[in-house]
Amino acid sequence: MRGGTVTEITYRDALRKALADAMAEDDTIFVIGEEVGRYGGAYGVTKDLMPRFGADRLLDTPISEPAIVGAAVGAAMTGLHPVAELMYVDFLGLVMDQLANQAAKIRYMFGGQIGVPMVLRTQGGTGRSAGAQHSQSLEAWVMHTPGLRLVMPATAEDAYHLLRHSLTLPDPVVFIEHKALYARKEQANLETPPVPWGKAMVRRAGTDISIVTYSRMVHTVLAAAETLAKAGIAAEVIDLRTLNPLDMATVVASVERTGRAMVISEGVLTAGVTAELAARISEECFDYLEDPVVRVAGEDIPVAVSPALESGSIPSSGLIAETVERMLA
Amino acid sequence: MTSLPNSPLYELYRMMRRIRSFEERVAELYVRGQTAGSMLHLSIGEEGAAAGVCAAMRPQDSFTTHHRGHGIFLARGAEPKRMMAEIAGKEAGYCHGKGGSMHIADRTLGHLGANAIVGGGIPHVVGAGISYKRLKKDAISAAFFGDGAMHQGILYESMNMAALWDLPVLFVCVNNQYGMGTRVDQATRVPQFELRAAALGLNAKSVDGEDVEAVFHTAQELTDAARAGHPGFLVVSCFRFYGHGRMDKSPYRSSEEEAAGRARDPVKHARAALLERGGVDSAALGALDAEIGLEMDATLDFAAAAAPPPLSSMFRDVYAVGQPEPEPLRTRLERVLARA
Repeated sequence: MRGGTVTEITYRDALRKALADAMAEDDTIFVIGEEVGRYGGAYGVTKDLMPRFGADRLLDTPISEPAIVGAAVGAAMTGLHPVAELMYVDFLGLVMDQLANQAAKIRYMFGGQIGVPMVLRTQGGTGRSAGAQHSQSLEAWVMHTPGLRLVMPATAEDAYHLLRHSLTLPDPVVFIEHKALYARKEQANLETPPVPWGKAMVRRAGTDISIVTYSRMVHTVLAAAETLAKAGIAAEVIDLRTLNPLDMATVVASVERTGRAMVISEGVLTAGVTAELAARISEECFDYLEDPVVRVAGEDIPVAVSPALESGSIPSSGLIAETVERMLA
Repeated sequence: MTSLPNSPLYELYRMMRRIRSFEERVAELYVRGQTAGSMLHLSIGEEGAAAGVCAAMRPQDSFTTHHRGHGIFLARGAEPKRMMAEIAGKEAGYCHGKGGSMHIADRTLGHLGANAIVGGGIPHVVGAGISYKRLKKDAISAAFFGDGAMHQGILYESMNMAALWDLPVLFVCVNNQYGMGTRVDQATRVPQFELRAAALGLNAKSVDGEDVEAVFHTAQELTDAARAGHPGFLVVSCFRFYGHGRMDKSPYRSSEEEAAGRARDPVKHARAALLERGGVDSAALGALDAEIGLEMDATLDFAAAAAPPPLSSMFRDVYAVGQPEPEPLRTRLERVLARA
């Protein structure tokens, strides 16, 4: 039985509490990034941490994303546990050398001698009309690079527990928050994790189809499942929580029971996370599948500023419900 | 100044001689077809920078290097056999054959890694500087890189942070005049690189790499200052005697230019200074050279005879021991085909 009390908290406050609790426990943890200290973080996650932990542990930097990540790598190699904040995941384009060529490969290239225990916190996704350079979902870039763990929490509870655990790991973790979730308020048990880090979670049980997703799309899919229930269709909703490691066992067990699978992502379709999931489910559950694995993902286009175009370019609960109904018809 | 054996210049000469002998053996290992590939970048002609700067560092200090870093690692105490074995891609190498010439590292000697991305290792010393300052360690961290990295943005981001935060860090540009086949004057209007570092508030100096004693003394000033929280920048000018890699025959430069560049030889310069000052004769130096040659010959034999890493080591070290591991392709295929 899962112990612990339940409190109401936002995704943003849960992240801040995770950082504060981890920093209070482990002196080597520090935050480095743009506007993380005095300003309190572009999305307010590190607000009020500076007076408590000091400028040494909330290191405000110049606008130099590659060196922010590079300095975090160096600090991680020499005894500290950095949390580098990248204001937008879109800035991966600037830091990819330090992330993919350095952080991800140092342990391997050096034969296991030196690890890079760090967390790169960033946020992505649509929802604020922030345009093509501030609204992307680039998790596939990270997932395509061995050596990097990849965490994408959907709930306040997960934001807290997954970040706390990520800060105990010996390897680099990319932790992608969703900008549209920060203000989301939920009942959360911050004392005991719902399931261990690295495991997927069944958010809604069902028997007719398994819908696999992560991050904000969990909520979109849950809304679709609610609609489907009214039509007599029981969809099982799986939240992956971490994309590396990828918990296929939970997904496979579900698909073997339901016989159908749909995979959903806000990121663009082609060569994206849904492509990987669909391929794996097809290979591993072929004998159990009644239908091809169906992918519903972001359109293969940049994100536009217009709210109509922006929201129209990512999966909606309406489209998901309609597609499931057609599959089962 | 005394020039008896164990005098500073004698020790610097000995280290430079070891580096050159080692690099000559790397070339030989390549000719024998026993290196792992041809991505081998020799530092012959640049020994003054490696020996001079490293002599001004202390055992607790750390460093990163560029892809032409064999000499620097030797000057920081590397064991030649384990280096050569790594260059040959063998299990006995520093990184068990996974890093090779361009990604060699050793935690115990403070080597935070050679880097095959130009400028890639530079910000890591900023991070090390943050660590040493926070953890109150009496250590500095030095980034070694070539003139090619002077044109990479990350260098300026890193130097700016080091200056802003008063970090115990030293940036060392080994200016061998060439970024691959592009000469310094073909890459910039301002080849006086120290001006750029000074503009960011660093303690910036330049020195002639042919004179290893001058390199040592200038580096000593800079490492002392860095240890006190005043980060520095040193550009050591020298000449890359041979091509960029083993496949490069330098068609982009004249034989006159090469002859003039090779005349700026830090090993010969130090040898002449030792003989001129007396206390050691050419017979003694010849004996030293021969002894070093034998030591380096043994590295060749060791590397050639060493065993390759076992295939099973392929999946090791992607993540830390005990963490979820990648599934090998063959394991997955067995599982998928068993269902079919």
